[in-house]
Amino acid sequence: MSSRSAISPSRRLRIERVPSPSRSATAVVSALSFVLALLCGGIILFLAGENPIQIYGSMFSGALGDWNGVAETLVKTTPLLLAGLGVAVAFRMQLWNIGAEGQLYLGAIFATGVALFLIPGAPGWVMVPIIVVASLLGGGLWGLIPGALRAWFGASEIITSLMLNYVAILFSEYLVHGPWRDPQAFGFPGTPSLPASAWLPNWGATRVHLGLFFGLIAALVLWVMLRRTRWGYEIGVMGENPRAALYAGMPTKRTIVLVMALSGALAGLAGMSEVAGIGHQLQRNLSPGYGYAAIIVAWLARLHPLGAVLVAFLLAALTVGGDQIQMSLGLPAAIAPMLQGTILFFLLGGDVLTRYRITRVPGT
Amino acid sequence: MEHIRAPNSLELGPGMKDRHPITHHPSPITPPSHHPVTPSPAVAMRGISKRFGSVVANDRVDFEASWGEVHALVGENGAGKSTLMSILAGLYRPDSGEVEIDGAPARLRSPRDAIARGIGMVYQHFMLVEPFTVTENVVLGEQRSGVDLELGRVERELAGLSEKYGLGIDPRARIWQLSVGEQQRVEILRLLYLGARILVFDEPTAVLTPQEARSLLQTLRGMAAQGFSVVFISHKLDEVLEVADRISVLRRGEIVATTRPAETDRRTLARLMVGRELAEVVEQPASEPHEPVAQGDAVLEVRGLYALGEKGLPALRGIDLDVRTGETLGIAGVAGNGQRELAETVTGLRSVTDGSLRIDGKELTNRPAAEIARAGVAHIPEDRLATGLIGGMDLSENAILRGYARPPLCSGPFLASKAVASFTDRLIADHDVKTPGRWAKLRTLSGGNQQKLLLGRELAGEPRLIVAVHPTRGVDVGATEAIHQALRDQRARGAAILLISEDLDELLALSDRIVVLFDGRVMGAMPASGADPEEIGLLMAGIGNRESEVGTRV
Amino acid sequence: MLCIAGLKNWSGASANRATEASPLRSDKQASRSAHDSRLTTHDSPCRLSVLPSRRLDMTDILTPAFLISVLAAAVAAGTAILFACLGELITERAGVLNLGIEGIMLVGALSGAGACIWSGSAWVGAVVALAAGASMAAVHALLCVGLRANQVVSGLALTIFGAGLSAFLGRDIVGVPPPSAFRRIDIPVLAEIPVLGRILFQQSALVYISIALVVFLWWYIYRTRAGLRLRAIGERPEAADAMGIDVARLRALYVIAGGALAGLGGAAISLGTNPGWTEGMTAGRGWIAVALVIFAAWNPARAAVGAYLFGGVEAGQFRLQTAGVDISPFFLNMLPYLFTILVLVLSTREATRRLLGAPAALGRAYVREDRG
Repeated sequence: MSSRSAISPSRRLRIERVPSPSRSATAVVSALSFVLALLCGGIILFLAGENPIQIYGSMFSGALGDWNGVAETLVKTTPLLLAGLGVAVAFRMQLWNIGAEGQLYLGAIFATGVALFLIPGAPGWVMVPIIVVASLLGGGLWGLIPGALRAWFGASEIITSLMLNYVAILFSEYLVHGPWRDPQAFGFPGTPSLPASAWLPNWGATRVHLGLFFGLIAALVLWVMLRRTRWGYEIGVMGENPRAALYAGMPTKRTIVLVMALSGALAGLAGMSEVAGIGHQLQRNLSPGYGYAAIIVAWLARLHPLGAVLVAFLLAALTVGGDQIQMSLGLPAAIAPMLQGTILFFLLGGDVLTRYRITRVPGT
Repeated sequence: MEHIRAPNSLELGPGMKDRHPITHHPSPITPPSHHPVTPSPAVAMRGISKRFGSVVANDRVDFEASWGEVHALVGENGAGKSTLMSILAGLYRPDSGEVEIDGAPARLRSPRDAIARGIGMVYQHFMLVEPFTVTENVVLGEQRSGVDLELGRVERELAGLSEKYGLGIDPRARIWQLSVGEQQRVEILRLLYLGARILVFDEPTAVLTPQEARSLLQTLRGMAAQGFSVVFISHKLDEVLEVADRISVLRRGEIVATTRPAETDRRTLARLMVGRELAEVVEQPASEPHEPVAQGDAVLEVRGLYALGEKGLPALRGIDLDVRTGETLGIAGVAGNGQRELAETVTGLRSVTDGSLRIDGKELTNRPAAEIARAGVAHIPEDRLATGLIGGMDLSENAILRGYARPPLCSGPFLASKAVASFTDRLIADHDVKTPGRWAKLRTLSGGNQQKLLLGRELAGEPRLIVAVHPTRGVDVGATEAIHQALRDQRARGAAILLISEDLDELLALSDRIVVLFDGRVMGAMPASGADPEEIGLLMAGIGNRESEVGTRV
Repeated sequence: MLCIAGLKNWSGASANRATEASPLRSDKQASRSAHDSRLTTHDSPCRLSVLPSRRLDMTDILTPAFLISVLAAAVAAGTAILFACLGELITERAGVLNLGIEGIMLVGALSGAGACIWSGSAWVGAVVALAAGASMAAVHALLCVGLRANQVVSGLALTIFGAGLSAFLGRDIVGVPPPSAFRRIDIPVLAEIPVLGRILFQQSALVYISIALVVFLWWYIYRTRAGLRLRAIGERPEAADAMGIDVARLRALYVIAGGALAGLGGAAISLGTNPGWTEGMTAGRGWIAVALVIFAAWNPARAAVGAYLFGGVEAGQFRLQTAGVDISPFFLNMLPYLFTILVLVLSTREATRRLLGAPAALGRAYVREDRG
């Protein structure tokens, strides 16, 4: 279909709105957009003088080729899932929280601070729940700020939440270079190691840790919350038709703030699980952009919490694959976000096939 | 054809006796190319079909309009009138069929083509850019290349045209500052300036006072007299019979008859429109005796109410009114005189800047909408899909919008899915909502069925006060009857009803008393029985002895 | 590392490199070295001639010469944001929101630097950046105008894609200094004007182009037929359509033109203030440009004021650091972002928004047949 005819419905092809897209069509488009994005990315790689087949092969074997790869993919699934769930719940309400990255950092900062300086001697069964709560508070606070600015000042949460990403990252850099820096680390930026009681238990010998379990629980709870509770219903109505929510007397402003806080809290949990589950210290470049990839997770999952589990796993595989080609082929891992962006393009374009029907109009 | 002189209508100079009455004018108006020798019709549409998804809007329609005639196009909501004329205006392309303009085949691929062929349409929702001036809106339609806006030149020409035709439009005025009637005259002025010879009016009188409407109808006649071809879409049969030379009736996308006023009457036209006999359309509703109901205490008491409108300017300026149990109070007025703001403040959607609001004696000024709803206020809002319903959600999710937070529809923080399902099914059955099931997306329902679901939901709690705003706008005749009956039943049950409508017939048929709003104030009040539409019309236009009304509690 | 959407902070990658290279230094030293490394690559005309090597105190900061140099630096530094902001401005005037500006700027910065290295000419770089920005925006136009996709998500996708694409394609030219860049050109006579000449007329060609563009766009939007149509399609597409204006075609055109300007904005960094390519080098300027459009009330002249304000924050921040003000550079680097939030909150309070007159149809896809 040419873009020209798509742009002007008065030419030969016409786009008609379909009242409600079918579930299967939606699923097919999601899968297809993934495949087409890989194809399109392959063309870009080819034009850049690389061998796309070799790259994809290497990415695949790195991510899913053996149990180590799968385990590593599960490790990356954890933050993508948690942050993706956070983004999804906000997007459900048409709150475009793109500050998951910063919220993740704040969660990590709060968890680290509590574990290192507040209760360093606490046993694991006290420590872990407390740093979980701390990370929820940290991320929640960072989500609450753009939420409050939106609710009371009408300031676009898109811009404010994004700006706060930079602030959060700079703040964490300040901490790891300055007051929280490990004096024994020969000046390398990073905090001292967390007390062992704060380390999330691993699954066997792999790096897969308790954070994945948190993510799965969160997905389940969110699913029930959105489907079965009054609050979930309110979020749905406010997302679909804010005026109808006002009409029904729903507390819109309060819900905006709460949903943004919840969204941030989930991203904060992702930050905690990275610190307590993987690095065991707060360090520079804690997240390679999980907060942004979370947007893709949420959208590709159609904002569905259970769908997010599957999508987070797929994107994690892409990320692990990206790391793999960086190590084995010396190519930049940036191939992964490039592919992620392409997936989103195809998804958006493909949605037209579910929401609209393209019919041929006999020429007059 | 008689010579017409009326304020705000085309002042027809001596030129009207010429074939080309306005050739002497310096404006770019092209005279209608009326050739009495070869009377090819101004418009000939043949075999026009147009489908939207599964809905057939026009089915092989043949339509003709001649030079110098007013051709009325009547039909129910959704009969395909606007679609047919939008095809003529180049906005939609037909799936099949042909259009001839002045005997020559016309390819109307876009509004640009239509304007170039001298076709101009005044849409129901005016196609004006609100922050622009009149002149800027006109320049927007000029098919002229070049860089400079030439505002000065156009302004002068518009001022001349406006004066010549008595349209009373200041070309420098910004659209949002103008009244609805003035905006409509801006549209007409623009079409004249752009040289339109075929003028299409889509329900032009719906937004006017009776006097303004009459004046507009005279303008239409005057234009026809000058040789323009005028197509006039309406569903008000009296107007049509008064002004048209020919009448075409559309029903479900098909032309079912083309006739002349002398050869038909209201009853016949109504039957043709609906396809069956309908008492209500035919009878003068005002003459219908309104059975009295014992009226009790005031349910709604509004005192000195002030509120701001969308632009932050005062929209309500000291409204006083009461509505008692078993009473329907009709609010008449031209759109934009505070009706919307009144409905929104009473239902808690808009804040009150001064004055008070009581329901059943309870002070509810500036309380949240939820609290006002709990006090027993139902609200049938102006634009259902924008306010009262959620198009993308299913019927049960729409059905519980009011009651989801109270048992039995919820238990604790959870929704009670069984109760939700049975509640929805009952609404669907009780109010005859045609739908494949409660899981269907609301958007897939017709306007009438959407409105019936909304009405059912709002009336489910036996409300004390019902605020109904344009409850039958855009719904078909059958649903209109059902909705009117439901409102009558509620009144008989003892509910207080605040009915806001721009349809005077509807107001007179359903109300006990009528209050006329103008510029955010109460212009006058009167019992509905025996009310004079003329007098209401004058009050709607702001003409009346306001002093005598001030301080009068209505 | 997978680096998305400008994770690098404001001072760009150079600051990070400097800190990594000398982990043992204190923060102040680190900031100093960050600044030094800037000095070696920084090629803007308004350089630190007034900055002595010793530490400054407040009396030095408040000299007129110093203030003028800050203002001149503000104009130089604000130019990249200004181009991007003007691009977003015409896009939004047409009724389309483009949140992909950050990604477009990155691709523009890379392709500008790349084309300059390949051709040896900064002008070729600028033209290629324009084209690259336009083609990125064409994707947005296709999705949002043609296929009516969600504008917010499409813009985010563009940013993520642009960040990844530029990082991938630019892997071989990281840190390669371009053979040519836009250097200071003093405009005869005008440059001699006291104060103003130093601030406005001792700048690079890109700065002059951006100023001319502000004047041109102001005239175009408010004084021409095409500008009237542009305003109409963003304000009330239905009315424009009924008047025979091809809304979809024009919208697509302005989205693409806006993208071209954002691409040039990227090149204004990689060929102007910070010559050479580094991953994520726009550091959020694209987002700031989007926020500034609201501050600018969709008026090009106000956009210039806003862009120079941010240029001033950027320039002032480095000068404060060099002046040895006792604030961690990390906090100073937060300033532009916090300032953006402040500006946004102040300029979008509901009441002011109405007075400013945002395009009424902004973000709303126009579908003729949905209307009927």
